[in-house]
Amino acid sequence: MKVALFIPCYVDQFYPQVGIATLQLLEKLGVQADFPKQQTCCGQPMANSGCEQDAIPVYYNFVDTFDGYEYVVGPAGSCVYHVRKHFDIIEQTPAVQHVRANTYELFDFILNILGISEIPGSFPHKVGLHLSCHGQRGLHQANESEMTPVRDGQLKRLLSGMQGLELTELDRNDECCGFGGTFCVSEAGISARMGQDRVADHVRNGTRVLTGGDMSCLMHLEGIVRRAKLPIKVMHAAEILNGAIL
Amino acid sequence: MSHSKRSDIFLLDTERTTWHDATLWFVRQKRDKAVYATPEFQELRQLASDIKDHTLSRLDFYLQQFEENARRNGVQVHWAADAHEHNQIVLGLLQQHGATRVVKSKSMLTEECHLNPYLIKHGVDVIDTDLGERIIQLRDEAPSHVVLPAIHLKKEDVGDTFHLHLGTEKGNNDPQQLTETARQHLREKFLVSEVAISGVNFAVAETGSVVVCTNEGNADLGVNLAKVHIACMGMEKLIPRLSDLSVFTRILTRSATGQPITTYTSHFSKPAEGKELHVVIVDNGRTKQLGRPDFRNSLKCIRCGACMNTCPVYRRSGGHSYDFTIPGPIGAILSPNIDMRKHASLPFASTLCGSCTDVCPVKIDIHTQLYKWRQVLGQEGEIPASKKWSMRLLSRVLAKPAMYGLGGKVARQGLRFLPHGLTHGKGYNPWAIARELPEPPKQSFREWYAQQMVKL
Repeated sequence: MKVALFIPCYVDQFYPQVGIATLQLLEKLGVQADFPKQQTCCGQPMANSGCEQDAIPVYYNFVDTFDGYEYVVGPAGSCVYHVRKHFDIIEQTPAVQHVRANTYELFDFILNILGISEIPGSFPHKVGLHLSCHGQRGLHQANESEMTPVRDGQLKRLLSGMQGLELTELDRNDECCGFGGTFCVSEAGISARMGQDRVADHVRNGTRVLTGGDMSCLMHLEGIVRRAKLPIKVMHAAEILNGAIL
Repeated sequence: MSHSKRSDIFLLDTERTTWHDATLWFVRQKRDKAVYATPEFQELRQLASDIKDHTLSRLDFYLQQFEENARRNGVQVHWAADAHEHNQIVLGLLQQHGATRVVKSKSMLTEECHLNPYLIKHGVDVIDTDLGERIIQLRDEAPSHVVLPAIHLKKEDVGDTFHLHLGTEKGNNDPQQLTETARQHLREKFLVSEVAISGVNFAVAETGSVVVCTNEGNADLGVNLAKVHIACMGMEKLIPRLSDLSVFTRILTRSATGQPITTYTSHFSKPAEGKELHVVIVDNGRTKQLGRPDFRNSLKCIRCGACMNTCPVYRRSGGHSYDFTIPGPIGAILSPNIDMRKHASLPFASTLCGSCTDVCPVKIDIHTQLYKWRQVLGQEGEIPASKKWSMRLLSRVLAKPAMYGLGGKVARQGLRFLPHGLTHGKGYNPWAIARELPEPPKQSFREWYAQQMVKL
C-alpha cells in the first residue's frame, strides 16, 4: 500500500509533534508512509476567504504532489474535506479525481481502510473530545446532534478502547469551537467567545486532556486555554494514540 | 458597519450574550427532542425539499394556477414587482375602503417591504398583533429573529416597554400580567380595525387558498373581525397540492420551536359573505435569486428559524448584528442577492460549521451557499483589499514549496525571538486579543523529516 502523509501547513510549522505522531502511529499500525516534500497546503485559507481562484495553483500543487500515491492521509479533517469537496473548480482530470477520492482523514483511514477499530493501549486520564465540524458534519466521522441523540463516532470509539481513559460528557457535544479559518481573525470577537464557551464546557465537566482530530480547532482552543492559564493539556488524538499504543 | 463590528457591540455585555446563547440553545434542544421523536423526520425533510425544488422549477406554472383558482374563489390577486409596489397596492386597498385602522399579524414579507413605516407615513394606524412583534413595534425596533422577533429582549425589557407605552406598573416584570396587559390592549385594536393584514405560510396552487400558521390566533381574530383581509406573500410560498401541506405542517414547528404543530393552522380559500380577501404576491428580488443556479434553492426556505437557533454565531451576536430583515445563516445567503455591497460581510459571519444545513427542514445547503457567496463577493471586489492582497500573496507562497519552506521558517523564527508583547499586539493581531499564539517549535515537521531521512 503506497501511502503519502499529508501534513497541513500549520501543523508542519507549528505542531511538528502531531506530524511525527501521525507518521509513527501509522508505522505501528503497519503502514510505512512517505512524506512528499513538495506539499504545502490544501488552499482552504484562500478559498474560505472568497479567493478560490487564487488558490488554484495551490490545488494543482497538491494534486501533483500526491497523484502517485494510492492513499493520502492527513491528521486534519478540515483540510481533507476541502480537498474532497472544493477541488471541484479545477478540471477533473483522472489525477484530480484520484487524489480527491483517496485523500483520507487519519482516523477515517485507520478505521475504514485499514479496518482497525480498536487500538490496544492505556491512557488513564479524563479526556475531552472536541468534534471538529468538517470531520463530523463534512466527512461524517461522527453522529450529529441535529440528527440523533446517540453520541457516537470514529474517534470516540478509538479513544474509548484505551485503558483507563475516561471521556468527558459535555453539555454540548458538537458545538463549533469558533476557529473557522480566517473567521478567527475577521470575526475575532465571536470566534474568541465561541472558543471560551467551548473550553468552559470542558472545564465544567472535568476535562484534563482536550483532544480532537483536527489541529486547527485545537490550536484555537489551546490559545484560549493558555491565555486563561487553565490546567488542561491540549493534544491531537494522534499524539494520544501513538503514545499510548501497546 | 460590518457584522463583526456589530457583533463586538453585542458581545460587550458578556452576561447578556450568555443569556441570549442559552435561550436560543434551549429552543434548539426543544427542536432536537421533537425531531428525535419523529423517526421519519429525515424522510419528511427530503420530501419537503423535493416538493419545493419541483415547485421552484415550475414556479410560473404554479403561480398562474394559484391565481386562476384564487380568482375563481372570489379572491382578488395582486402582483407586486418590488417592495414599493407592494406597499402601494396595500395602501391603495386601504384608501379604497377609507380605512385608517389596521391590524397586522406576523409577516416577514411586510417587514422586508418596510410596510409599517410606509403606512404610518400615509396616516394609517397599523398595529402588529403578534405579541413579540407588538413589543418591538412599541420599541421601534426590527425583529431579531423570524419566529421569535423579540428574542433579544428579557422580561425586564418588556416590563419597561409596557410601563412606558401601556401604563403597567414600573418594575412589573411578571410575564402573566404583562401578557394580559398586551391582550387587553390588542383586543381594543382588534375590535376597531377595518382591515386585517396577514402573512402567508403556504399558498396552495391547486385550491387557490392561502394557509397562515400562528400560535396566538391573532391572525384569525384580526381577519374574522375586519371587513377586508389582505394576505401578503413572497412568490416562493407556493406548494402544488393541498396534500403536500401536511409534510410542511409537520416539519415547520418541530423545526421552529419543537411543537408538533402550530396552535392555529388556518386555511383562507374565499372571502366570507360581504367581505373581501386580497392576496398580494411579491417578487422583490426573488426572480433574480431564482436565476442564480448556486443560490436558487435558498427560496425553499419556510422561515422556521431553526438555522438561527442552531447557529453559534447568531446566538452570540444577536439578530440585529445582521442588519437585514432575515437574520442568521439563511439571511446571510438571501441578503447579498438584494444588496451585495451592503451585506458583503454576512457570508463571512460563519465558521462554515454546517449545523444550519443539518437542521434545515427543507435541506437548503446553507453553508455551501455561504462559501459560494464568498467566492462571488471575492470576484466582484466586495471583500476588503487587505484580505484580497494578503490572500493573493499567500497563494503565491503556497504554490511554491521552496518559498513556503523558507517563509515558514522565517515566520517561526520571528515568533520565537520577538518579545511576547510585540507578537501579541492587540491593535494589529486580532488572534491575540483573547488567545495565545502557538509556541513556535525549533523545527518544522519537514525539517525533522529531512533530518530523519539523512540518518537512515
